[in-house]
Amino acid sequence: MTTGLLFALTGAALFALGVAGVVLIDNLLRRILAFNLMGSGAFLVMVGLAQRNDVADPVPQAMVLTGIVVAVAATALALALVRRLHALTGKLELPEESDRD
Amino acid sequence: MRRLSVIALALAFVALLIGAMLELGPAAVDLRGPVAAHLVQSGVSHTVTAVLLNYRGYDTLLEIAVLLLALLAILAALGDMPDSPTRAAHPVLQTLARLAAPLMIVVAVYLLWAGAFRPGGAFQAGAVLAAAGVLLHLVGLIPGWSLPRLRLRIGLAAGFVVFLTVAALLLMQGALLKYPPDMAGGLILLIESGLTISLALILAGLFLFLSQEEGGS
Repeated sequence: MTTGLLFALTGAALFALGVAGVVLIDNLLRRILAFNLMGSGAFLVMVGLAQRNDVADPVPQAMVLTGIVVAVAATALALALVRRLHALTGKLELPEESDRD
Repeated sequence: MRRLSVIALALAFVALLIGAMLELGPAAVDLRGPVAAHLVQSGVSHTVTAVLLNYRGYDTLLEIAVLLLALLAILAALGDMPDSPTRAAHPVLQTLARLAAPLMIVVAVYLLWAGAFRPGGAFQAGAVLAAAGVLLHLVGLIPGWSLPRLRLRIGLAAGFVVFLTVAALLLMQGALLKYPPDMAGGLILLIESGLTISLALILAGLFLFLSQEEGGS
Protein backbone atom coordinates (compact mmCIF):
# COMPACT_ATOMS: atom_id res chain seq x y z
CA MET A 1 0.00 0.00 0.00
CA THR A 2 1.39 3.38 -0.97
CA THR A 3 1.05 6.61 1.01
CA GLY A 4 -1.27 8.02 -1.65
CA LEU A 5 -3.68 5.11 -1.31
CA LEU A 6 -3.63 5.51 2.48
CA PHE A 7 -4.61 9.18 2.03
CA ALA A 8 -7.47 8.14 -0.25
CA LEU A 9 -8.76 5.54 2.22
CA THR A 10 -8.63 8.09 5.05
CA GLY A 11 -10.49 10.51 2.78
CA ALA A 12 -13.25 7.95 2.22
CA ALA A 13 -13.66 7.50 5.98
CA LEU A 14 -13.71 11.28 6.56
CA PHE A 15 -16.32 11.70 3.82
CA ALA A 16 -18.65 9.11 5.39
CA LEU A 17 -18.10 10.69 8.82
CA GLY A 18 -19.10 14.04 7.33
CA VAL A 19 -22.21 12.62 5.64
CA ALA A 20 -23.35 11.04 8.92
CA GLY A 21 -22.72 14.38 10.66
CA VAL A 22 -24.73 16.37 8.13
CA VAL A 23 -27.67 13.96 8.47
CA LEU A 24 -27.60 13.51 12.25
CA ILE A 25 -26.54 16.86 13.72
CA ASP A 26 -29.16 19.58 14.17
CA ASN A 27 -26.90 22.39 15.37
CA LEU A 28 -26.13 24.32 12.19
CA LEU A 29 -22.59 25.35 13.13
CA ARG A 30 -21.62 21.75 13.72
CA ARG A 31 -23.45 20.72 10.56
CA ILE A 32 -21.32 23.20 8.58
CA LEU A 33 -18.23 21.67 10.16
CA ALA A 34 -19.46 18.21 9.13
CA PHE A 35 -20.05 19.52 5.61
CA ASN A 36 -16.46 20.77 5.49
CA LEU A 37 -15.31 17.36 6.69
CA MET A 38 -17.11 15.83 3.68
CA GLY A 39 -15.30 18.25 1.39
CA SER A 40 -11.90 17.54 2.92
CA GLY A 41 -12.55 13.81 2.56
CA ALA A 42 -13.39 14.22 -1.13
CA PHE A 43 -10.23 16.31 -1.69
CA LEU A 44 -8.10 13.68 0.06
CA VAL A 45 -9.59 10.95 -2.13
CA MET A 46 -8.84 12.92 -5.30
CA VAL A 47 -5.27 13.83 -4.39
CA GLY A 48 -4.54 10.46 -2.81
CA LEU A 49 -5.83 8.35 -5.69
CA ALA A 50 -3.98 10.51 -8.21
CA GLN A 51 -0.65 9.75 -6.56
CA ARG A 52 -1.26 6.15 -5.50
CA ASN A 53 1.59 5.08 -7.78
CA ASP A 54 3.88 7.52 -5.97
CA VAL A 55 4.20 10.07 -8.78
CA ALA A 56 1.83 13.01 -8.32
CA ASP A 57 -0.42 14.10 -11.21
CA PRO A 58 -0.61 17.93 -11.25
CA VAL A 59 -4.12 18.10 -12.77
CA PRO A 60 -6.06 16.70 -9.77
CA GLN A 61 -3.89 18.83 -7.48
CA ALA A 62 -4.90 21.97 -9.35
CA MET A 63 -8.56 20.88 -9.29
CA VAL A 64 -8.41 20.33 -5.52
CA LEU A 65 -6.76 23.73 -5.03
CA THR A 66 -9.71 25.27 -6.89
CA GLY A 67 -12.12 23.18 -4.85
CA ILE A 68 -10.63 24.29 -1.53
CA VAL A 69 -11.11 27.95 -2.39
CA VAL A 70 -14.72 27.36 -3.47
CA ALA A 71 -15.32 25.38 -0.25
CA VAL A 72 -14.05 28.35 1.78
CA ALA A 73 -16.45 30.67 -0.05
CA ALA A 74 -19.38 28.29 0.47
CA THR A 75 -18.54 27.93 4.18
CA ALA A 76 -18.43 31.69 4.64
CA LEU A 77 -21.79 32.06 2.90
CA ALA A 78 -23.29 29.31 5.08
CA LEU A 79 -21.94 31.01 8.23
CA ALA A 80 -23.41 34.35 7.13
CA LEU A 81 -26.82 32.73 6.61
CA VAL A 82 -26.64 30.98 10.00
CA ARG A 83 -25.77 34.29 11.66
CA ARG A 84 -28.73 35.93 9.98
CA LEU A 85 -30.97 33.09 11.16
CA HIS A 86 -29.61 33.53 14.69
CA ALA A 87 -30.30 37.27 14.57
CA LEU A 88 -33.85 36.74 13.33
CA THR A 89 -34.95 33.77 15.45
CA GLY A 90 -32.33 33.41 18.19
CA LYS A 91 -31.87 29.75 17.23
CA LEU A 92 -29.01 27.83 15.67
CA GLU A 93 -31.28 25.08 14.32
CA LEU A 94 -33.64 24.87 11.40
CA PRO A 95 -37.33 24.70 12.37
CA GLU A 96 -38.75 21.18 12.68
CA GLU A 97 -41.25 19.93 10.10
CA SER A 98 -44.03 20.06 12.71
CA ASP A 99 -43.28 23.70 13.62
CA ARG A 100 -44.21 24.95 10.16
CA ASP A 101 -47.80 25.74 9.38
CA MET B 1 -33.14 4.04 15.45
CA ARG B 2 -32.54 6.65 12.75
CA ARG B 3 -29.16 7.31 14.25
CA LEU B 4 -28.16 3.66 14.14
CA SER B 5 -29.34 3.16 10.57
CA VAL B 6 -27.44 6.25 9.36
CA ILE B 7 -24.26 5.09 11.10
CA ALA B 8 -24.67 1.57 9.67
CA LEU B 9 -25.19 2.97 6.18
CA ALA B 10 -22.13 5.22 6.51
CA LEU B 11 -19.99 2.30 7.66
CA ALA B 12 -21.24 0.15 4.78
CA PHE B 13 -20.43 2.99 2.37
CA VAL B 14 -16.88 3.28 3.74
CA ALA B 15 -16.35 -0.48 3.47
CA LEU B 16 -17.61 -0.49 -0.12
CA LEU B 17 -15.50 2.50 -1.12
CA ILE B 18 -12.34 1.13 0.51
CA GLY B 19 -12.91 -2.21 -1.20
CA ALA B 20 -13.31 -0.46 -4.56
CA MET B 21 -10.16 1.62 -4.02
CA LEU B 22 -8.05 -1.42 -3.12
CA GLU B 23 -9.18 -3.15 -6.33
CA LEU B 24 -8.60 -0.08 -8.51
CA GLY B 25 -6.50 -0.69 -11.60
CA PRO B 26 -4.06 1.80 -13.14
CA ALA B 27 -5.52 5.16 -14.15
CA ALA B 28 -7.29 5.13 -17.52
CA VAL B 29 -6.07 8.64 -18.33
CA ASP B 30 -2.57 9.78 -17.45
CA LEU B 31 -2.18 13.52 -17.89
CA ARG B 32 1.36 13.79 -16.54
CA GLY B 33 2.91 13.26 -19.97
CA PRO B 34 0.88 15.91 -21.84
CA VAL B 35 1.33 18.40 -18.96
CA ALA B 36 5.10 17.95 -18.97
CA ALA B 37 5.29 18.01 -22.79
CA HIS B 38 3.69 21.46 -23.10
CA LEU B 39 5.30 23.02 -20.03
CA VAL B 40 7.80 24.96 -22.17
CA GLN B 41 5.00 26.82 -23.97
CA SER B 42 2.94 27.46 -20.82
CA GLY B 43 5.00 30.44 -19.61
CA VAL B 44 5.70 28.96 -16.17
CA SER B 45 7.87 26.08 -15.05
CA HIS B 46 5.73 24.67 -12.23
CA THR B 47 3.17 22.12 -13.37
CA VAL B 48 0.34 22.99 -10.94
CA THR B 49 0.54 26.69 -11.83
CA ALA B 50 0.59 25.75 -15.52
CA VAL B 51 -2.59 23.70 -15.09
CA LEU B 52 -4.31 26.35 -12.96
CA LEU B 53 -3.62 29.40 -15.11
CA ASN B 54 -2.90 28.06 -18.56
CA TYR B 55 -4.29 24.63 -19.47
CA ARG B 56 -7.42 24.99 -17.39
CA GLY B 57 -7.49 28.75 -16.93
CA TYR B 58 -11.28 28.90 -17.23
CA ASP B 59 -11.59 26.89 -14.00
CA THR B 60 -9.66 29.59 -12.17
CA LEU B 61 -11.67 32.30 -13.91
CA LEU B 62 -14.91 30.73 -12.70
CA GLU B 63 -13.38 30.16 -9.26
CA ILE B 64 -12.70 33.85 -8.67
CA ALA B 65 -16.20 34.55 -9.99
CA VAL B 66 -17.65 32.13 -7.42
CA LEU B 67 -15.67 33.82 -4.63
CA LEU B 68 -16.91 37.26 -5.68
CA LEU B 69 -20.47 35.93 -5.90
CA ALA B 70 -20.24 34.42 -2.40
CA LEU B 71 -19.04 37.75 -1.02
CA LEU B 72 -21.89 39.60 -2.76
CA ALA B 73 -24.40 37.13 -1.33
CA ILE B 74 -22.92 37.63 2.15
CA LEU B 75 -23.18 41.42 1.76
CA ALA B 76 -26.80 40.98 0.71
CA ALA B 77 -27.54 38.81 3.75
CA LEU B 78 -25.82 41.16 6.19
CA GLY B 79 -28.65 43.56 6.82
CA ASP B 80 -28.01 46.87 8.54
CA MET B 81 -25.03 46.86 10.82
CA PRO B 82 -24.11 49.59 13.24
CA ASP B 83 -20.40 50.39 13.39
CA SER B 84 -19.19 48.48 16.39
CA PRO B 85 -16.25 49.89 18.29
CA THR B 86 -13.09 47.83 17.99
CA ARG B 87 -11.73 46.51 21.25
CA ALA B 88 -8.00 47.07 21.61
CA ALA B 89 -6.10 43.91 22.54
CA HIS B 90 -3.16 43.64 24.91
CA PRO B 91 -0.21 45.89 23.86
CA VAL B 92 2.08 42.87 23.50
CA LEU B 93 -0.31 41.28 21.00
CA GLN B 94 -0.59 44.58 19.13
CA THR B 95 3.18 44.93 18.89
CA LEU B 96 3.54 41.34 17.69
CA ALA B 97 0.87 41.92 15.05
CA ARG B 98 2.61 45.13 13.94
CA LEU B 99 5.83 43.13 13.54
CA ALA B 100 4.15 40.18 11.79
CA ALA B 101 2.06 42.12 9.26
CA PRO B 102 4.93 43.55 7.15
CA LEU B 103 6.63 40.14 7.16
CA MET B 104 3.41 38.54 5.94
CA ILE B 105 3.25 41.05 3.09
CA VAL B 106 6.82 40.14 2.09
CA VAL B 107 5.94 36.42 2.26
CA ALA B 108 2.86 37.03 0.09
CA VAL B 109 4.90 38.81 -2.60
CA TYR B 110 7.45 36.00 -2.50
CA LEU B 111 4.72 33.34 -2.82
CA LEU B 112 3.22 35.18 -5.79
CA TRP B 113 6.59 35.33 -7.54
CA ALA B 114 7.60 31.76 -6.61
CA GLY B 115 4.36 30.37 -8.09
CA ALA B 116 5.95 30.41 -11.54
CA PHE B 117 8.58 27.81 -10.71
CA ARG B 118 7.74 26.12 -7.38
CA PRO B 119 4.73 25.59 -5.08
CA GLY B 120 3.09 28.96 -4.45
CA GLY B 121 0.95 31.32 -6.47
CA ALA B 122 -1.91 33.79 -6.26
CA PHE B 123 -4.17 31.81 -3.95
CA GLN B 124 -1.53 31.13 -1.35
CA ALA B 125 -0.32 34.74 -1.50
CA GLY B 126 -3.87 36.06 -1.19
CA ALA B 127 -4.54 33.80 1.78
CA VAL B 128 -1.43 35.09 3.60
CA LEU B 129 -2.41 38.72 2.93
CA ALA B 130 -5.96 38.04 4.13
CA ALA B 131 -4.59 36.39 7.27
CA ALA B 132 -2.54 39.55 7.92
CA GLY B 133 -5.74 41.63 7.65
CA VAL B 134 -7.64 39.32 9.99
CA LEU B 135 -4.73 39.38 12.48
CA LEU B 136 -4.67 43.19 12.49
CA HIS B 137 -8.43 43.24 13.02
CA LEU B 138 -8.30 40.74 15.88
CA VAL B 139 -5.84 42.86 17.84
CA GLY B 140 -7.95 45.96 17.23
CA LEU B 141 -5.67 47.83 14.82
CA ILE B 142 -8.13 47.96 11.93
CA PRO B 143 -11.92 48.11 12.30
CA GLY B 144 -14.36 45.60 10.83
CA TRP B 145 -15.75 46.56 7.43
CA SER B 146 -19.23 47.86 6.83
CA LEU B 147 -20.71 48.21 3.31
CA PRO B 148 -17.82 48.72 0.85
CA ARG B 149 -17.13 52.07 -0.78
CA LEU B 150 -15.99 52.52 -4.38
CA ARG B 151 -12.28 51.95 -3.77
CA LEU B 152 -12.85 48.68 -1.92
CA ARG B 153 -15.36 47.56 -4.56
CA ILE B 154 -12.77 48.14 -7.30
CA GLY B 155 -10.22 46.14 -5.31
CA LEU B 156 -12.65 43.28 -4.74
CA ALA B 157 -13.53 43.03 -8.43
CA ALA B 158 -10.06 43.81 -9.87
CA GLY B 159 -8.82 40.22 -10.12
CA PHE B 160 -11.93 39.00 -11.89
CA VAL B 161 -12.02 42.03 -14.21
CA VAL B 162 -8.34 41.70 -15.17
CA PHE B 163 -8.75 37.98 -15.79
CA LEU B 164 -11.93 38.52 -17.82
CA THR B 165 -10.32 41.30 -19.88
CA VAL B 166 -7.35 39.10 -20.76
CA ALA B 167 -9.72 36.24 -21.62
CA ALA B 168 -11.87 38.50 -23.83
CA LEU B 169 -8.86 39.98 -25.66
CA LEU B 170 -7.51 36.48 -26.29
CA LEU B 171 -10.94 35.38 -27.49
CA MET B 172 -10.64 37.95 -30.27
CA GLN B 173 -7.29 36.40 -31.24
CA GLY B 174 -8.79 32.92 -31.51
CA ALA B 175 -9.59 30.82 -28.46
CA LEU B 176 -10.54 31.63 -24.87
CA LEU B 177 -7.46 31.87 -22.62
CA LYS B 178 -5.09 30.47 -25.25
CA TYR B 179 -1.99 32.55 -24.51
CA PRO B 180 0.61 33.15 -27.21
CA PRO B 181 3.67 31.24 -25.89
CA ASP B 182 6.00 34.26 -25.88
CA MET B 183 3.54 36.38 -23.85
CA ALA B 184 2.22 33.63 -21.59
CA GLY B 185 4.62 34.27 -18.69
CA GLY B 186 3.83 37.99 -18.52
CA LEU B 187 0.08 37.48 -18.87
CA ILE B 188 0.04 34.85 -16.13
CA LEU B 189 1.99 37.16 -13.81
CA LEU B 190 -0.45 40.01 -14.58
CA ILE B 191 -3.48 37.81 -13.90
CA GLU B 192 -1.93 36.39 -10.75
CA SER B 193 -1.12 39.85 -9.39
CA GLY B 194 -4.73 40.95 -9.89
CA LEU B 195 -5.98 37.70 -8.38
CA THR B 196 -3.74 38.12 -5.32
CA ILE B 197 -5.11 41.58 -4.50
CA SER B 198 -8.73 40.58 -5.03
CA LEU B 199 -8.39 37.27 -3.23
CA ALA B 200 -6.77 38.95 -0.24
CA LEU B 201 -9.58 41.51 -0.06
CA ILE B 202 -12.32 38.93 -0.61
CA LEU B 203 -10.98 36.43 1.92
CA ALA B 204 -10.34 39.17 4.47
CA GLY B 205 -13.81 40.54 3.67
CA LEU B 206 -15.41 37.17 4.39
CA PHE B 207 -14.14 37.67 7.94
CA LEU B 208 -14.20 41.45 8.36
CA PHE B 209 -17.71 42.03 6.98
CA LEU B 210 -19.04 39.28 9.24
CA SER B 211 -17.17 40.50 12.31
CA GLN B 212 -19.52 43.42 12.89
CA GLU B 213 -21.88 43.04 15.81
CA GLU B 214 -25.23 41.69 14.66
CA GLY B 215 -27.71 44.53 14.97
CA GLY B 216 -30.85 42.40 14.82
CA SER B 217 -33.63 43.35 12.44
